[in-house]
Amino acid sequence: MSFYLIQILNGVSFGMLLFLLAAGLSLIYGLMRILNLAHGSYYLLGAYTALSVARATDSLLVAALGGVAVVTAVGVFMERVLLRRVPRAELPQALLSFGMLLIIGDLCLWHWGGTPQTLPRPEVLSGAVQVGTFFFPAYRLFVIGVGVMVGVALWLLQEHTRLGAMIRAAIDDAEIARTTGINVSVLSTVVFGLGAALAALGGIIGGPMLGVYPGADFEILLLAFVVVIIGGLGSLKGAFVGALLVGLLDTFGKARFPELAMFTIFAPMALILAVRPTGLFGVR
Amino acid sequence: MILRAGAAVGALAVLPLALSSYQVDLLTKMLIFAIFAMSLNLSLGYAGLPSLGHAAYFGVGAYTVGLLAVRVWNNFWVDMACGLVAAAVAAALFGLLALRAEGSYLLMITLALAQVLWGIAFGWRRLTGGDDGLPGIPRPAEGLPLSLADGRRFYYLVLVCFVASVAVLALVTRSPFGRALVGIRESARRMEVLGYDTWRYKYVAFVLAGLFAGLAGNLFVYYNGFVSPAYLSIVFSAAALIMVILGGAGTLLGPVLGSAVIVYLENAVSAYTQRWLLVLGLVYVAVTLFVPEGLVGLLRRRKDQAA
Repeated sequence: MSFYLIQILNGVSFGMLLFLLAAGLSLIYGLMRILNLAHGSYYLLGAYTALSVARATDSLLVAALGGVAVVTAVGVFMERVLLRRVPRAELPQALLSFGMLLIIGDLCLWHWGGTPQTLPRPEVLSGAVQVGTFFFPAYRLFVIGVGVMVGVALWLLQEHTRLGAMIRAAIDDAEIARTTGINVSVLSTVVFGLGAALAALGGIIGGPMLGVYPGADFEILLLAFVVVIIGGLGSLKGAFVGALLVGLLDTFGKARFPELAMFTIFAPMALILAVRPTGLFGVR
Repeated sequence: MILRAGAAVGALAVLPLALSSYQVDLLTKMLIFAIFAMSLNLSLGYAGLPSLGHAAYFGVGAYTVGLLAVRVWNNFWVDMACGLVAAAVAAALFGLLALRAEGSYLLMITLALAQVLWGIAFGWRRLTGGDDGLPGIPRPAEGLPLSLADGRRFYYLVLVCFVASVAVLALVTRSPFGRALVGIRESARRMEVLGYDTWRYKYVAFVLAGLFAGLAGNLFVYYNGFVSPAYLSIVFSAAALIMVILGGAGTLLGPVLGSAVIVYLENAVSAYTQRWLLVLGLVYVAVTLFVPEGLVGLLRRRKDQAA
C-alpha cells in the first residue's frame, strides 16, 4: 500500500514538472506552430543559473528569480532574432532550435562541468509531512502545489483575461486576430517568453529533486514531447492530463520494469497515436 | 552524364592509392554517412516527409548485424541480409503509425518511435550492452573470398555499396514513381485528384528510405566495430537532417556533399577542441539562416547569376 502511495506521489510531482515544460511547448506551438526543441535547454539553463546565483547570494528566492530572468531573456532573443527569420517553416524552425539546444547544452557543460549537482532546497521544505500514518516528503508536495498553481493561473489567464482572450483568438486564426487589431507579433514574443520562463521554473524546482547534469535537457525534452503528443499540441488541458499520465507511467515503469523504463512510456504513446494522431485534445 | 558519373567513380576508386590509411578511413566514413543522408533525402527531399527519427533504421541495421556477428553467426551475407530486412521491417511498422500525421506531428512521432528503440538499446543491457554499447564486431571476412579487415579492401566494399545506392536512388527518383513523389510533396491534394493513392507512394518511399538507412548502419557497424545507443538517438537523427539540408534537399548528390562536409568538420574540429557539439549547433543555426536551399542550391544560383 505505502509503495503505491509513495510512487503515486513521486509520479504526480514529476508529472507537475513535466507540465511546466509541456504547457509552454504546447502554447508556443498553438500560437506560432513552432516545435521548439530548445525547450529542454531552458530547463537546464534555468537550474544551472539558479545554482550559481544561490551560491553567490545565499538566497533561493533571488536564485529562482535570476534563473527565470536569464532564461526568459534567452527565449525572447531566440524568438525575436532567430525564429522570426524562418516563419511558417516547421523543419527549419525545428533544426534552428535543435542547434540552440546543442549550443546551450555544450556551453553549460563547459561552464558548469560534467559532475551532477543538486540545487539546495529551502529549509522549511526539507522535512516530511505526516498524513495519518504516512510520511510524505514535503518537497514533493511543494512541487505538486506549484504545478497545480501554475496550471490554475494559466487557465485563469487564458479563459478570464484580456490577454488570454487575445491568445485564444490568435491560436484560432492569427490572420483574423490581426485584422481586429491584436498585435500578434508582440503576443508571440510574450507567449514564447512565458513558455521559456515556465521551463526555467521547472528546472529550478526540479533541481533539488532530480539534480542538474549534462543531458538532463534532452531527457526532459523527450518526456515533455511525449506529454504533448499524448495530450495534443496547443491544448493546456492536454498538457496537464498528458503530464500526469507520463509522470505516473515513468515512475511506475522505472520502479517495476527498470530495464524497459523508456518502453513503458513510449508504448502507450504509440497506442494513443494509433487511435488519435493529434493526441487526446490536440489542435491541427 | 554517364561519362561524368564514370569519371567520379573512377576517381573514388583510385583515390585510396594516394591517401594514407587514416585518410582512407575518413573517406570510408564519409561514404557510409552519404548513404545514410541520401536515404533520408528520398523521404524528406523527394516525398516531403520530415523525420526526427531516421537514426532508428540505421541503428536497427547496425545492432542487427552487430548482434548476429558477435553472438550468432558471423557470415557476411547472412548478417547483411538480416540487417537490411530488420531495418525495412522497422520502417514498415513505424511508417504505419507515423504517416497518419504530417508536419510537426510527423517530426514528433518519428522522434518518439525512434526513442522507443533507443530505450530498448539503452535499457536491455543483457542483449545490447546498454549504454556501454556493443563492442568487438569484426570486419567482414566469413563467407567472402577474402578478408576485408584491411582498411583499403573494406573501402572498396563501401564504395560498391555507395555507387549501387546512388544508381538505385537515381533510377527511383527519375522514374514515374519518383516524379509522383515530388508531385505529392508539392501538392498532395492535386495528386489525389489525379487519382494517385498518395498514402501508398509515401509509404513506399518511407520504407525504401529505411532500407537504405539500414544499409548504412550495416556498413557502419563493420567500419566502427562498435555500436551504442547514440546511433539511435535524436542527435544522430538530426545530424542526418542537417547533412541533407546543408547539401541540398531534393537533389541527388546534395546529401553526399552535406555528409562529407559534416564528417570532415567533425574530424577537423575534434582534433583541436572538445567543443564539437557547440560547433555543430552553430552549423545548424547558420545553415537554417544563411543556406536554407543548401550548398547545391547555392552553387546553382551562383551559376545562374553568372550566366
